[in-house]
Amino acid sequence: MARYKSPAIRRYVIRVAVLMSFYLVSLFAAVRLFRADAVSGPAAYALAVLPALPIIGVFWAVMRLLVEEPDEFIRLLHVRQSLIATGFCLTIMTVWEFLQNFDLVAPGNGGFGAASFWFVGLGVGALYNKLTLGTAASCA
Amino acid sequence: MNNRLKVLRAERDWSQSDLAERLAVSRQSVNAIETGKYDPSLPLAFRIAELFDLPIEAIFHSPGKA
Repeated sequence: MARYKSPAIRRYVIRVAVLMSFYLVSLFAAVRLFRADAVSGPAAYALAVLPALPIIGVFWAVMRLLVEEPDEFIRLLHVRQSLIATGFCLTIMTVWEFLQNFDLVAPGNGGFGAASFWFVGLGVGALYNKLTLGTAASCA
Repeated sequence: MNNRLKVLRAERDWSQSDLAERLAVSRQSVNAIETGKYDPSLPLAFRIAELFDLPIEAIFHSPGKA
């Protein structure tokens, strides 16, 4: 059976593909340049933030999907998925923060920031939709 | 909310996909409405009623009435 794909979902997929390509290129460049000690001063700050921009772009793409999706039921699925992802991410980060505050886990995040958990949360939200409403219509 | 959508669709020998296409919604939407997992908005309920040429209350049953 054909999977539902509105023009909004097609736009979302294209946006995420472009943003993820930019993320990989910018991350690769930042790691190479920092390892080579090739940047310093304000340029270092700009380069460090560069890979974050496409991640922020993915947040924007998800929010645009919520605005642009014409099918009200599919939109509901996406909203539920995003809210569960937000709750999942905030819960993990809050618990982790308190564990760090009391020196029960090591400081730092080992490369797994809030965005990582939000994206995992989108998967959790898709699973919740599947179990409770019978379909996921995932934006993860 | 209970409704007669599945019966009305079957009377016309339409699949869920056929009905979804006529309503310009996804097949998942039709399935969710038919199974009572999702209550459509008033504009969509009107579109459904107009498609079947019936009043809304002939398709959707008030949850307040037994």
